[in-house]
Amino acid sequence: MDTILMSILVLGGIGIIGAAVLYVVSRRFYVAEDPRIEQIEQVLPGANCGGCGRSGCHDFATACTQASSLDGLNCPVGGATVMAKVAEIVGLAAGAATPMVAVLKCNGTCQFRPQTSTYDGPSSCAVLNTLGAGTTDCAYGCLGCGDCVSVCNFGAITMGEDGLPVVDQDKCTACGACVKACPRRLLELRKKGPRGMRVYVACSNKDKGAAARKACQAACIGCSKCAKECPHEAITIDSNLSYIDFNKCKLCRKCADVCPTHAILAVNFPVKKVVNQEKPATAAPADAASNNQA
Amino acid sequence: MQKLFISLSPHVHTTNTVSRCMWNVVIALVPALLCALYFFGIGAAIVIATAVVGCVLTEYIITRYMLHQPAQLANGAAVLTGILLGFNLPSNLPVWIVLIGSVVAIGIGKMAFGGLGCNIFNPALVGRVFLLLSFPVQMTTWPKPLVNTMNYTDATTGATILSQIKQGLIEPEKVDLITNLLGQMGGSLGEVSAIALLIGFIYLLCTRVITWHIPVSIIAAAGIFSLCIGANPLVHIFSGGLLLGAIFMATDYVTSPMSHRGMLLYGAMIGIITIIIRQWGAYPEGMSFAILLMNGFTPLINRYFKPAKFGERSKK
Amino acid sequence: MKTFSKGGVHPPEQKLTAGKKIITLDLPGEVALLLGQHIGAPAKPVVAKGDKVKRGDMIAEAGGFVSAPVHTPISGTVVKIDTVKNQQGLAVPAVFIKADAEDAAADAEARANLKPLRDDAAIAALKDNEIKDIIKNAGIVGLGGATFPTHVKLSPPPEFKAEVVIINAVECEPYITADHALMMEFPDEIIEGVRLLSRAVNVNRAIIGIEANKPDAIALLQEKLAGATDIEVCPLKVKYPQGGEKQLIEAVIGREVPSGALPIATGAVVQNVATAYAVHRAVRYGENLTERLATVTGPGVSAPGNFKIAIGTPLSALIAAAGGLPEDTAKVIGGGPMMGRTIDNIEAPAVKGTSALLIFGEDDSKRRPVENCIRCAKCVDACPMGLEPYLLSTLSRLKRWDDAETEKIVNCVECGSCSFICPASRPLLDYIRLGKTTVMAAIRSRKS
Repeated sequence: MDTILMSILVLGGIGIIGAAVLYVVSRRFYVAEDPRIEQIEQVLPGANCGGCGRSGCHDFATACTQASSLDGLNCPVGGATVMAKVAEIVGLAAGAATPMVAVLKCNGTCQFRPQTSTYDGPSSCAVLNTLGAGTTDCAYGCLGCGDCVSVCNFGAITMGEDGLPVVDQDKCTACGACVKACPRRLLELRKKGPRGMRVYVACSNKDKGAAARKACQAACIGCSKCAKECPHEAITIDSNLSYIDFNKCKLCRKCADVCPTHAILAVNFPVKKVVNQEKPATAAPADAASNNQA
Repeated sequence: MQKLFISLSPHVHTTNTVSRCMWNVVIALVPALLCALYFFGIGAAIVIATAVVGCVLTEYIITRYMLHQPAQLANGAAVLTGILLGFNLPSNLPVWIVLIGSVVAIGIGKMAFGGLGCNIFNPALVGRVFLLLSFPVQMTTWPKPLVNTMNYTDATTGATILSQIKQGLIEPEKVDLITNLLGQMGGSLGEVSAIALLIGFIYLLCTRVITWHIPVSIIAAAGIFSLCIGANPLVHIFSGGLLLGAIFMATDYVTSPMSHRGMLLYGAMIGIITIIIRQWGAYPEGMSFAILLMNGFTPLINRYFKPAKFGERSKK
Repeated sequence: MKTFSKGGVHPPEQKLTAGKKIITLDLPGEVALLLGQHIGAPAKPVVAKGDKVKRGDMIAEAGGFVSAPVHTPISGTVVKIDTVKNQQGLAVPAVFIKADAEDAAADAEARANLKPLRDDAAIAALKDNEIKDIIKNAGIVGLGGATFPTHVKLSPPPEFKAEVVIINAVECEPYITADHALMMEFPDEIIEGVRLLSRAVNVNRAIIGIEANKPDAIALLQEKLAGATDIEVCPLKVKYPQGGEKQLIEAVIGREVPSGALPIATGAVVQNVATAYAVHRAVRYGENLTERLATVTGPGVSAPGNFKIAIGTPLSALIAAAGGLPEDTAKVIGGGPMMGRTIDNIEAPAVKGTSALLIFGEDDSKRRPVENCIRCAKCVDACPMGLEPYLLSTLSRLKRWDDAETEKIVNCVECGSCSFICPASRPLLDYIRLGKTTVMAAIRSRKS
C-alpha cells in the first residue's frame, strides 16, 4: 500500500511541478501575435516554396496582416481563390494577379543540337555549368541534368525524352523555384495566356547568328525579322537574341511564322486552318515543341 | 574521333576502393580467426560461418526484395559484420540464436538506417548486445578453449577471467598473462588471443586502412584509468573484448569520428567507460556498451572536434 | 626533408617525359590571341583589322592594374578581332593574326639569332621599379598555370614587407615535366631570373623549392649556386599539392598564410620557375611573353615531349607535334591530371596558362561508379587545408551555403586531393567547387 501511495505521490508531484513550470514559462514568455496570421496560414497552401518572394508561408501571412494594400502580395501557388480568402481575412481588396507559368527558353533537343562531348560527373546542372559550354556547342542552352525537376515542389517539371525538361502548365504554380535553380537562367515566368496560349522565344543563345546556328538548328540567330514583323512592338533584339515582352504581345503569331529557325514557339493555339504545305521538314521544330508544352 | 569526355578535376584516382578497405579488414581478422578455430574447433567454425551467411543473406534479401536495389555484396561489408558478430559470440551458441543476431545486426543495425555508411551504431555490436540482453545465459557460458574442440554443443564451459574476477573467484594479481596473450582462456571467439589481434592491428596500420589514434587511445585510456582506480591494467587490456573492440570494432569507419582529435577523445572515452562498467557495473564486460555509447556521441564529436584548419593557427 | 604539414596525397608520378629535351616548334602561320588569358581584367586591343604587326608587338594593353598586356608571337596582319571558342567551348574575344611567307621567314630568322638588349652592366644598373616595369610591359603572368599577373605579386600592399622570394619548381602534378626540362637546360638563365625577381622586391634571399623526384635538377642548380649566399635550393619530399602557394610557403619557410590573408603576409613572394625564366628573357633580351613551355603527354601518346610553343597556336598543332591523338582518345586535359580542366575543343588556341596537354584513353577517362560514403575520413586526412571535404561536399549538394561558409569552404584550394583519395569515388570536389563559387559570390555581394 505504501509503495502505491508513494508512487502516486512522487509521479503526481513531478507532474504538478512540471505543469506549473510550463504554465509560468508560457505566460512569462508569451509572444503576442496577430491572430489573423494563423487564419491566413490556414488558407495558404503551406508549401513554403518561397514563390511569393518571402521566406515561407508564415512570413507571407505576417506581411499580409501588416500591409496597407495587397498589391504586390500574391501567393502564386494558391492563385486568385486563395488571395480572395486572404483579402477577406485582412479586410483589403485582393491585388489583381495574372496567372503565370514557367517557360523554358531553349528548344535545343538532341535532334537540333548535336552532342559534342560526354559529361562524366554528378548529375547536376550547376556542376556541369562550371565546365564551360557543356556537352553541346551551345554555351547558353539547357544542360539537361534536371536541377529544375528536382527543385520543383509541385511535380510540374519532368525530363522529356528529348533531353529537355517539360513544364506541366496545369501543375505549375509559378513559384519561381526553377527559375532560381537553373544555372543558365533558362526558365522564365511568363503570362500563362488565355487558354494557355502564349508566344515566346525558345532560345537563349547570345552568340552571333552563324555560331548559334552551327551549335543548334533551333537557335535564335538574331536576324530581327520577328521584330520587324511584330505590329505591337513587343519584340526587342539584344545581343543577337530576340525577346518577346509578354505584356505587349497580342498573340498574333506573325513572329512565329517568319522566324527562319522556328526559335519562336506558339503553344496551345488551335490548329491553323491554312496549313503551310511547302516546308513540312522545317516546320517540325515548332510542332514538336508545342506538343511538349501541351 | 569519338566524343571527348568532359569532367571536373581531378582526373586521376586512387586505386583504393570501399571493397578493398573491407576485405583488408577481413584479412586482418584471419590470424584471430585461425586462433579461434584452433582453440574452439568445430564450434567456432559453425558460429562464424552461420553469422557470415546470416548477415550476407539478410543484406541481400533487404536490398533486393525490400529496397529493390541491386545488392552490393561484393564490397565485403556484410561479410565483415558477420565475422565480427561471430567473434563476439561463444562457440557453443545455438545456430538459431546466431541467425537472430545476424538479422538484427544487418536489418536493424545497418539497413534500417539506410545501408552502408548511414548507420549510427556498429551493426555487429548491435547484434551482439541484442543477443546478450535477450539470451543472457547462452551468451555468458563460455566454452573452455582446447577442450572438446571437435564437439559443438557439449563443450565444457567456464567463466571468463573478468567474470571470475568480478565474482571474486580469483585475485586479479594471480592472472597468468602469458596464457592470456596466447589466448588460452575462456571467452568469445575473437577475443581470446591478444597476439593474433595485434598482428591484425599491424596489418591494418601497414595497409593504412586505419590510423593508430582510436586503438591506441582506447588502450592507453583503459590502462591509465584502471591503474588510477587500483586495478591491474594488463589484465584489463589483454582480457575481455578490449583489444578486439579497440582494433576492429571501435575503428569501424562509419561509426567513428572523422578528425584525429575527435578520434582520440572517442577512444579515450571508450577506454574509460569500459573500465567503469567492468569495475562498478553489473556486467563483467563493458566494451560493447562503451563502443555503442560513444557511437551515439560520434555526430556530436564530429561537430565540435574539427581538424585544425590551415591558416587559423597563427590568427589567435 | 621538408614538406608541408597537413594532408596531401601521393598520386602515381607518371613523369613519362622526364629527361626529354625541349623541342622548339616552328611558329604557326596563324594565331588567335585571347584577350583574357590571365586572372584579372581582360586586355584591351590596341590594333585594328588590317594593321601590320611585328613579332613581339603589343596587340592589347592591360585592362587595369590586375591585368596584363598581350603580345603577338608572329609578325603579320590583323585579320579580325572576333570571338573564338576557347578550350572549354565558350566564345571569348580574341585577336586573329596571320603571317605571310615573308613574315614567317623574318620571324624564323629573328628567333634563331636572338640579340641581347642589355648587357651585364645595364642589367646590374636596373632599379627595382624598372625591373617591375619591364615585367609588366612584357605581359608576364604566373606560368605555373594560375596566370596571375606577375607585376601585381611583386608590388605588395604597403603594410607588408617582402622578406624572401620562393621559386616554385616543385611541379607536383603527375605527368608534367616542363619546369624540370627548363631547369635542366637553362639553369643559369633561371638563376638570373630569380636574382632579378629578388631585386624587384628588394630582398636578398631566394629559395628554390624542388621536389626530390628531380634529383638531377636539384644537383645541377646546387652546383651552379655553389658558394652563392643569396639563393638556396630546398629539396622537398614528394607530396601533392606541394606546388600550391600556401603549401609551398609552409614547406619551405614553415609559416602558415593566415586564413583570408594574402600570401605576402608571411613575407614570402612565390614565383614559378618558368616565370623566372620569362623574366630573364624579358630583361636581357627585351623579349615579351609570347612563347612558353608545355608538356604534351599521356599513356597512349606516341611522341610525348616538352615543347616550346607560341601562345595562340591551336592545341591541335601541339598535339600533332606529339604524334597526334591516339585512336582511343577519350579525354584531353589542359594542365595536370589533378587540377587541369578538360578540353572539348582541341582547335582552341594555347594560352599563357597552357602548361601541359594530357591525353587519356578510354580506360583512364571514365570515373568509377559512385558508392556510399563510408565516412572513412580519408578526405579529412588528405585535405591540405585542414577542411572536411565530406561535409563541405554534402553541404554544397544540399545548398546549405551558410553552413558551408562557416565551415570555411572558401579556404579550399581545389587541389583535388579529397576526390583523389575517396575510396567510394565520390565527386567531392565537384560539389565543393560549386559551393565555393556560390559562397564567394554571396560574400562579394554582401560587401558591395
